[in-house]
Amino acid sequence: MLGNQLTKLLQDTPPGIEQTLALVTDFDDILIHGFARLTEEHTATLNALAAAVAATPLGERVGEVVAKLSTGSPDSEQLALLAGTRAALLGAVHDALLSHLDTILNRSRAAHDESAASPSPDPEAENLLTGCRSWLHELAITGWRGVDHELVASASQLIGPLLANPKLRRMAVLIDGFAAELSACCPIRTADHIPVRRWADLWTRAMLLSYTGGWSADDSAGLDTVSGRLLILGADVHEHGTAMQVQVHGVLEPTDDSTPRLVRTSVAVAKVDTIIGPAMWDLLQAYPVLMTALAERRSIHITDLPALPSGDLVWNEERAKVGDPADPFTTARIQLASALAPAVPALDRHPVQIAEPVLMEGYKVKRGEDLSVIVDGVSLPIAVDRLPSCGPLTPQLVDASSACIGLLRWDSGQWALQPLAVQSNKSKKTQVAVHNGDWAKGPTDPKVAKAQTRNGDAIAVLRERAGRLLRR
Amino acid sequence: MNAEDTAWLQSSTIQVIKPIRPRKLAKVPFVELADGRLQGVVSSGSDISRVYVSSITAGDHTYSCSTNNNRPCGALSWGLCKHIQALMSEAVVQYGTERVARYLRIEGDVEGLSVPELIRRLNAQHQSLPSSTVFSRFLHHLSYLEVPATTTPLPEMHWFPSTLAVR
Ligand SMILES: [Zn+2]
Repeated sequence: MLGNQLTKLLQDTPPGIEQTLALVTDFDDILIHGFARLTEEHTATLNALAAAVAATPLGERVGEVVAKLSTGSPDSEQLALLAGTRAALLGAVHDALLSHLDTILNRSRAAHDESAASPSPDPEAENLLTGCRSWLHELAITGWRGVDHELVASASQLIGPLLANPKLRRMAVLIDGFAAELSACCPIRTADHIPVRRWADLWTRAMLLSYTGGWSADDSAGLDTVSGRLLILGADVHEHGTAMQVQVHGVLEPTDDSTPRLVRTSVAVAKVDTIIGPAMWDLLQAYPVLMTALAERRSIHITDLPALPSGDLVWNEERAKVGDPADPFTTARIQLASALAPAVPALDRHPVQIAEPVLMEGYKVKRGEDLSVIVDGVSLPIAVDRLPSCGPLTPQLVDASSACIGLLRWDSGQWALQPLAVQSNKSKKTQVAVHNGDWAKGPTDPKVAKAQTRNGDAIAVLRERAGRLLRR
Repeated sequence: MNAEDTAWLQSSTIQVIKPIRPRKLAKVPFVELADGRLQGVVSSGSDISRVYVSSITAGDHTYSCSTNNNRPCGALSWGLCKHIQALMSEAVVQYGTERVARYLRIEGDVEGLSVPELIRRLNAQHQSLPSSTVFSRFLHHLSYLEVPATTTPLPEMHWFPSTLAVR
């Protein structure tokens, strides 16, 4: 990414974003206080919300709901419609930001095709999703300030059954992560801070997921498949107390010689809060092909891997073989500019989902309270707090770097660079590259490995306890 | 409005739960600050299939220790047993002295206090609590290790970025 591209990205903000986000902020304020007692200000917000989507397919129904709200608090379905409206506003913000970025990067993006992965009906899942919806309803009626331990705890009986159904894994990790935060902030009535946008996001997301049903990798049969060479760009790591996901970004060179594509593939595990840092990779050792490719920076040959329209390849070890060494920086230099980006599914149109791989080179790092990269005098914040707990990247390494493969992110009203890998010229002869996935087969830094040994094998200890205590 | 306030209002990814530090799990496999208590599970030194459920209540600092079958801990008659002491020291590793002290509402400056010093600050009295609640929370905790891994992409996890740990 060049200096003039960065200038355009940061200076020519697409019109309408600020106004739209102001509306979202007003809506989120209602969730602080709850839908049980709407003030005049809240009613005005809801009217503005309805006006904003009046010309869309949602318009008429949202108008009706908002008109009724002055006489009583909303039911689940009405709340879901309001959640849908909020999501549509953020969807518009997402689209404006991403198309702005695509134009600047000259990145072509596939057209969207919603037909491919439709969930199969599952009555048991429907019951659970109804349970989730009624919890979400209760939360919204109560408002964050009124949420107490009892209301948070009532979600806990949903978590087990949600986790037991592979189709509902997305809802399970979402509700579990959300409830843990609510619980950690109790009593919320007197909490210093409330993560206003964030909790409204999580609530909205869960509300929408409760209607879209479930899908799991087991339902891949009807999907298109792809074959070819997968060149890894880097690993993005997500985690909360009880879940971890590694999402690998790469460029797929299809065997049919069609245009190389930007793709992702993910593996995720359940965990507990005491399994943290590099030890988390141990939970992923059932995926030796993917972990070896990450740790040894190799390409992967894939055969008939199911592909979702979102550009997500549904990982399957049996359809993948570790290939030759492939330097991600070479891949980024040669392939990134021309690879075809995937479409974004309707539900994923939210700014938090923007994670566009870019290569930054020839920059200087500015040290302040936070780090920024400076290219041709233009400054882009580095999302230092997004350096994963399980990998070797540190603020010091980023500070000393001169090239970076990263994901462009947008949060809190600004763009930031999330490093996946950095390269530095430590001496003139040796270029040192450090990647998020370097420790996928265990830490290669002896000091880190030693610290891990000192603490013993957390997973083995807990598995032993589980084996002895769970089934008695 | 400063940057931190802005983030609380406008960030989709602000870290709400403070990170914890890794620790040895062998002796005390489970520690939590929850339900208004520092509570957890301590493995018995002599019988591998027995565990002690120990807790200290925030505010009044009453403590409890019994086996998972609700038998009272024999060592309690001489004051705080070694299980509660182990629970406290592992909690300090996991959360840090300050956070544990604040949660338990231990008064005064606690910076730099050792675990025995921290325990002396408790004005503790025994009050027996049933072990079942904490024990079943522990079993729920363990059950996560039995949930199979998945290759289903989880876009929701973008709201939960991994963040730089305290190493
Ligand atoms: Zn005891």
